[in-house]
Amino acid sequence: MTTTTALIRRNTRLFFKDKGMFFSAMITPAILLLLYSTFLFRVFRESFEQNLPDFIQLPERLINGLVGGQMISSLLAVSCVTVAFCSNLLMVQDKVNGSIKDLRMTPVRASSLSIGYYAATLISTLIVCLTATALCLLYLTTLGWYLSSADVLLLILDVVLLVLFGVALSSIINFFLSTQGQMSAVGTIISSAYGFICGAYMPLSNFSEGLRKVLSFLPGTYGTSLVRNHAMRGALAELSDYGIPGEVVEAIRDSLDCNLYFFGRQVALPTMYVILAGSVAVLVGVYILQNRLKNK
Amino acid sequence: MNSIIQIDRLCKTFGEVRAVQELSFRVKEGELFAFLGVNGAGKSTTINILCGQLEKDSGTVVIDGADIDCGMNGIKRKLGVVFQNSVLDAPLSVYDNLRSRAALYGITGAAFEARLDELADLLDFRSFLKRPVNKLSGGQRRRIDIARALLHRPRILILDEPTTGLDPQTRRLLWTVVSDLRKQEGMTVFLTTHYMEEAADADYVVILDSGKIAAEGTPLTLKNTYTGDYITLYGVEEAAIQALGLPCEAIRDAYRLSVPNTAKATELILAHPDLFTDYEITKGKMDDVFLTVTGKQLEGGAAK
Repeated sequence: MTTTTALIRRNTRLFFKDKGMFFSAMITPAILLLLYSTFLFRVFRESFEQNLPDFIQLPERLINGLVGGQMISSLLAVSCVTVAFCSNLLMVQDKVNGSIKDLRMTPVRASSLSIGYYAATLISTLIVCLTATALCLLYLTTLGWYLSSADVLLLILDVVLLVLFGVALSSIINFFLSTQGQMSAVGTIISSAYGFICGAYMPLSNFSEGLRKVLSFLPGTYGTSLVRNHAMRGALAELSDYGIPGEVVEAIRDSLDCNLYFFGRQVALPTMYVILAGSVAVLVGVYILQNRLKNK
Repeated sequence: MNSIIQIDRLCKTFGEVRAVQELSFRVKEGELFAFLGVNGAGKSTTINILCGQLEKDSGTVVIDGADIDCGMNGIKRKLGVVFQNSVLDAPLSVYDNLRSRAALYGITGAAFEARLDELADLLDFRSFLKRPVNKLSGGQRRRIDIARALLHRPRILILDEPTTGLDPQTRRLLWTVVSDLRKQEGMTVFLTTHYMEEAADADYVVILDSGKIAAEGTPLTLKNTYTGDYITLYGVEEAAIQALGLPCEAIRDAYRLSVPNTAKATELILAHPDLFTDYEITKGKMDDVFLTVTGKQLEGGAAK
């Protein structure tokens, strides 16, 4: 246990001491927060107002709370995975600079090395993402706060689950990388593409029927939906107090991916948790298998 | 002396390339063993197999009585490696680097502090313990590399081109430390180097060429076998030297004659006592041995 703890400590310290790695991990939540708050907030807000019937008047704070909830859910859903990929690059960096040779020269078991990378990435990603969650919630209080304590706790649970998912996915993919060029390529692909395929940048409801069906097989989309459900639940519930019919609220929930459908059948929130937790378990299993096969 | 490393008929191929071919040699306990060859000769492949970083195709490797096929974990505790390039964590301090590596050998707490104290004295790095490794000079970094390799008191120290690019002071410190460790702790040193004067101090030398042993022996045997002697004569006329009919070279204030061996040199001196009044006899250098054996010169690892 001492050796695994020493490896986790070393990897975590390296992540926070290596300015390149730390800043590239921080940059996704920071840029997204900046982009959303300066440019997209107004666009989202105007689009929401234009779609409301004229006879319905909503307080500005409620509209801000709704738009803010949508924004922070997108930001967190993307960050949990992209930050995990950046943190997990240490595994590749050790191959590039030869440190892995030195670590393998020690009597430490190969499984301890793998656990060391996984646990350190989990810790660093959780620190970054939970800090981002705190900042997002703080930002939401300035826009319009409609969340209950349960919503906040569930939101934190969603972030933790998505981080676990991101770390497991990045461990599997980074396992195959061994050069600086591959590192950059994977970083670019993940940071630009993941937000779209998980429905964070644009709700899946905007996509074609066929694409929606394909994307409904990806566990990340359920993670995004969970975060969105809990970040927007309070504000959406408030809408009925202002005379908006239940069907309209449901239509809004559909358009924002709070309701997700798998081949026409709505997926309940507990099922989304099962899908996400199950996929984490499967991905961790694949990572263990990869390491076992390599060590044979 | 017992053999601490025994390699028999070791083979390793990478696709079409036969990196190591039927390699067999012994390293005696406590000796300084030099492993020479140009880049691509098979040195790194052999070292990587010794350290358990690379699977061999065939042959046996036994280190301190244990076969690497079944006892690698125990063997790793007996090996310390100074890699060609520093493999420490550049953003971390010297202290953090050594502490994290020591923990991987189960050396923690007071045991680590005590060992760190010894190594800091031995390698003189106490003044920059808290400095990040990426802020150290090449010589300082090398000292930390050596400290890291010695953390767990290995019985065999593998030095992979340890002095390349080092200043003379650090180079001298390194060899003093290695020599002291050999004397005090009976440590075996397995060295690869491009500096032939370092190989000349070895107890035994193996020269590798294209994955095979091209020559092996003590430096004296190799010099006697593969090079001649040189006689440098002072205060003589060129015509008198030319009259001897031997290959000669004019140097600043003398002439240097090449003779096949020491017996021939003695014979020549006895035959011309009037000519040989102020002279010295030197053996060929390890550079000459390497050139004769491989047909290549060893300069920075590249074949010339």
